[in-house]
Amino acid sequence: MLEQILALLPQVIFDGFILGFVYAMVALGYTMVYGVLELINFAHSEIFMIGAVVGVEVFRYLAPQVESGFLLLLLALILGGVVAGITAILVERFAYRPLRARGTTNRLVPLITAIGVSFILQDLVRLIEGLWHNEFFLRMRTVEDLEGSVSLFGGAIFAQTKSFILMGVSILMLVGLTYLVNRTKLGVAIRAVAQDLHTASLMGIDPDRIISRTFLIGGSLGGVAGVLFALQYTTITPYVGFLPGIKAFTAAVLGGIGNIPGAMLGGLVLGQLENFFGTYLPILTNGNFGTEYKDVVAFLILIFILLVRPQGLLGQVVKEKV
Amino acid sequence: MNALSSLLSLAYLGLAFLAPSPVSHLFGLAALGVTAFLRLSPTWRTLSLALLTLAFTVGLMRSGNTLGLIGLVGILVALTTLPRIPTGIRVLLALAILLLSVPLAGFANTFVFELGIQIGIYAAMALGLNVVVGMAGLLDLGYAAFFAVGAYTWAIFGSEQAKNFLQGNFPLPGEYMYLFMGIAIVTTALTGLLIGLPALRLRGDYLAIVTLGLGEVVRILANNLDHPINFTNGPQGITPVQRPPIDWFRQLMATLGVHLDRTTDYQLFFYFLVLLMIGLVVLVNVNLANSRFGRAWVAIREDEVAARSMGIPLLPTKLLAFMTGAAFSGVMGVIFAAQRTFVSPESFTLLASITILGMVILGGMGSIPGAILGAAALTILNLDVLKTFSEFVRISLPQIPNQVDPAKYERLVFGLILVLMMIFRPEGLIPEKRHRAEMEEA
Repeated sequence: MLEQILALLPQVIFDGFILGFVYAMVALGYTMVYGVLELINFAHSEIFMIGAVVGVEVFRYLAPQVESGFLLLLLALILGGVVAGITAILVERFAYRPLRARGTTNRLVPLITAIGVSFILQDLVRLIEGLWHNEFFLRMRTVEDLEGSVSLFGGAIFAQTKSFILMGVSILMLVGLTYLVNRTKLGVAIRAVAQDLHTASLMGIDPDRIISRTFLIGGSLGGVAGVLFALQYTTITPYVGFLPGIKAFTAAVLGGIGNIPGAMLGGLVLGQLENFFGTYLPILTNGNFGTEYKDVVAFLILIFILLVRPQGLLGQVVKEKV
Repeated sequence: MNALSSLLSLAYLGLAFLAPSPVSHLFGLAALGVTAFLRLSPTWRTLSLALLTLAFTVGLMRSGNTLGLIGLVGILVALTTLPRIPTGIRVLLALAILLLSVPLAGFANTFVFELGIQIGIYAAMALGLNVVVGMAGLLDLGYAAFFAVGAYTWAIFGSEQAKNFLQGNFPLPGEYMYLFMGIAIVTTALTGLLIGLPALRLRGDYLAIVTLGLGEVVRILANNLDHPINFTNGPQGITPVQRPPIDWFRQLMATLGVHLDRTTDYQLFFYFLVLLMIGLVVLVNVNLANSRFGRAWVAIREDEVAARSMGIPLLPTKLLAFMTGAAFSGVMGVIFAAQRTFVSPESFTLLASITILGMVILGGMGSIPGAILGAAALTILNLDVLKTFSEFVRISLPQIPNQVDPAKYERLVFGLILVLMMIFRPEGLIPEKRHRAEMEEA
């Protein structure tokens, strides 16, 4: 059995990175919004799903026209990011901002709104797909350019072009975001609002605008992640965002919520753990517990972290202010 | 104004008798609105309510349409919330609706029983969730998980399923259901303890995501624990689940002069059982709200730090709320399993949890009549109105693709209810006093 485990290990780690990068990108959206608003934006999993659906549609309609698969993917990534980002802004504008304007102090109100928005988006996408194609189980069209595969390390890893693209794009986005948050004026403003919204507004920062930008950035990251997810895992439904959403949030908590490098780290760690258990659980238990339990593992990790290190891997303990 | 409401009620009574149709029932609901919301003298209002009760009953009996049930629930809510109606009349009318109108309508149209039982089960659960979300302010997004634990507790032992891992005579006879209602209270409260212990130490929003995950885990377990040992029979679900024997109930009804046939006897029985449970749950709810714990919950909801400085132990108090809510859900799960004689993971999805949450939000967090009204409104919407509407769409607009079937878009409807309520009326339709104050304060 050990031999079997060792033989699979390189592939498991490689696949774990694929999953981990998707989680990392989605987790950033959760963590940034949590940073500025202290709100678990449940709708973010649907922003991710919208990105995936846009990806499928771009491939469906443009694949015959566009010759190069790489150009096609670039178009899909841009469109997916833009549509998802705009949706995120609209959600903020019409669902969350009215609550802020009223100045509700009750913490349940925005949370319940977020859950409601998430449900509305799922069924809206289903409705649109239903009217458009009379079907909401979507399959990503495969394009030859992106499907090519290589064997690495003497056949220990089977890797496809699209997997390398996924990792490459993720790393680019993560580096870009880190630059944006740490080095630009907008980044300073976002961090200022996250630290203290009221004081930031006294320093000439318009919080509403910054919050809107934060949703745009987090949303487009989620959308890009969605397109890459669709490319990698191919089957997409309007309800596909829910589980990756919970897990990406788990990743954000794992890394320390509100902490941007933490979200990336958390995503990668969670991707590895989940893929590890998903592959080895059936082997270790002689098939008695199947791959389905990988979702349970992710959830147990969440509980475990909340118990032993609620501030996350990279987070700092924050004293509650009165 | 006074005479107008009674005239409208009288007109609806005539309509219900002579021309029962969805339109005339909508007219009746309008008449109820006039009676409930305009300034009326107590005598006239009472008279109108009594007339409307009669009219909705007749309407339900004479048409296959169940809109009248909304009317009856509306009258019940009006009776519990409107001021200056003599107590005797309140009780009398409420009893007449629950014990006469609904069963009479049910004999004419068994779907009314089915709806009544579902409303009752959901109302009891909404009241349980009301303790968690409304009183203690803890957002539980996996409430259906406890419902599942309760339902499976009885379904496994009340069917041949238990033979797979235990020696003995299974299924257990139906009488054991009553015992299992007690056992389910314990198992679900323990499940609540197990989940709450880590999750409740942290800030409120973490509880939301942990309970969301819990709901998913329970569903995964129910789906997959058919191997290596078959506990739950996987996605096919468990059937048949035993129901309690009701010979005594038939005899009792016979001595009262009601002769039941094979289809209505169990429905009437479960209808009364559910009513009894709601009565108990309301009693517990009211007593809890006024107890030391109820006050502690409200204090925690409004300001955790302040509550702690007043000497309220946070974790145990929150745990108690969480476990109480879980136990309510568990008991109803047992009844649900027995009433339908069938249990499958399908019934315990995230959608179910959010539906129950929607009931609490719609009625008003912390409000007891609100939770019941919310349960009735959403259940009728879900089981009746959306289905009727989708029938209508299918017939009148055949060119619309069949994927666009309104009955499949409950999520959209519930999502809209949650968001619109939160933006425009966060205190709910029938606000509880303290909650209204809290929401308006900001």
